[in-house]
Amino acid sequence: MSFVIEASGLGKQYGRRWALRDCTLAIPDGKVVGLVGPNSAGKTTLLHLAVGLVSPTSGSIRTLGANPGEGPVQLGRVGFVAQDTPVYGKLSVAQHLRMGAWLNPRWDPGIAASRIEQLGLDPRQRAGTLSGGQRAQLALTLAIAKSPECLILDEPVASLDPLARREFLRSLMEIVAAQGISVVLSSHLIADLERVCDYLVVLVGSRLQVAGEVSDLLSSHHRISGPRRDASGLPPSLEVIEESHTGKQSTFLIRTSDPVHDPAWTVRPVTLDDLVITYMSRQANTSERTRRPQLKVMS
Amino acid sequence: MIEFQLDAASGVATYLQLVQQVHQALQLGLLEPGDRLPTAQQVVAQLAINPNTVLKAYRDLEREGLVRARPGQGTFVIRSLPRTDPVAQNRFLSSMTDWLRSARAEGLGPDDIEAIYRTAFRNCFAEGVA
Repeated sequence: MSFVIEASGLGKQYGRRWALRDCTLAIPDGKVVGLVGPNSAGKTTLLHLAVGLVSPTSGSIRTLGANPGEGPVQLGRVGFVAQDTPVYGKLSVAQHLRMGAWLNPRWDPGIAASRIEQLGLDPRQRAGTLSGGQRAQLALTLAIAKSPECLILDEPVASLDPLARREFLRSLMEIVAAQGISVVLSSHLIADLERVCDYLVVLVGSRLQVAGEVSDLLSSHHRISGPRRDASGLPPSLEVIEESHTGKQSTFLIRTSDPVHDPAWTVRPVTLDDLVITYMSRQANTSERTRRPQLKVMS
Repeated sequence: MIEFQLDAASGVATYLQLVQQVHQALQLGLLEPGDRLPTAQQVVAQLAINPNTVLKAYRDLEREGLVRARPGQGTFVIRSLPRTDPVAQNRFLSSMTDWLRSARAEGLGPDDIEAIYRTAFRNCFAEGVA
């Protein structure tokens, strides 16, 4: 099996702060991967490591089986759109395409021209006067016309209105359908990712929380509730992700590969939204617990 | 040709919604053997979803023996589903209504009844799987 991104013990330190640490994952080829997490979770750092914009402080990362940013050939294999889909405000749409053709050995002028026409963009218009949605589409056009094997997009739809967001994701999915390339995109909007992603990576507090096929994640996580009991009383095959208790009742969000047959439990499926938020809040609780003793010392 | 719709609030996985809509269309006679399903590209253009999701739904339907993919031509319906007998449907509806009335007469509220229904439903269909 080949992987779009493979990381082992990957970490990146900026000054004294670890932006990403101890990250080990292997994302198979041919997926649309959603990278989710709150702000400053390490999403951008992971993407910058994957495209070779920064190099690891510890561990290693391979993109499409090679060192990221190793040379012109490797750079040509990866299409990257940075946060806020940057374009050159003073250059026209046509000038962007000419620059793309000049800088990229595998540039496909046909794809570029047909996308610009499809989008209804005026080639003479300066990029600085385009709407947010049009700028994002132009950036995507540049990234796809270089004929990459994978696309890496950092928060491509974060600043777009709902209509432009839907249009952008539609374009992206049409590209995937036509060319079968891998896509990795980060977002903090789970609803967007739910429609388009078949693989999910959750980063919180510069650490990897969970990664896997969306369908596997959904079928292996359940919310169970029943008469009150401690997590320690559950079968060892159930990994407890979250628990809450009231006087008589306990509710757990569990991960397991086995079906839950115990009739004492009411079993409910979880949504992707549920799952991501649970992993995010789990991290928040842990860091709160580790902070608390320090606060005591202070007082 | 059928047009798929998505209900984001349903909590049902997207590929499963596509599978269910083909089942329904077959049961209602909206799709018949020989009909072509929309291509992955067409569904993607309409719904802005991952093409792999469409292919996964079509693979499921193919495994059920309902459709067949012909390379270069598309995915075609090869079998119809028996339409649900309206007489049987009405019979079950009226016996279920009787059951609900008697449960309510015993003092059970909507939540109790729903919990019982869910448990019975799960037990019934879990048996089929296991």
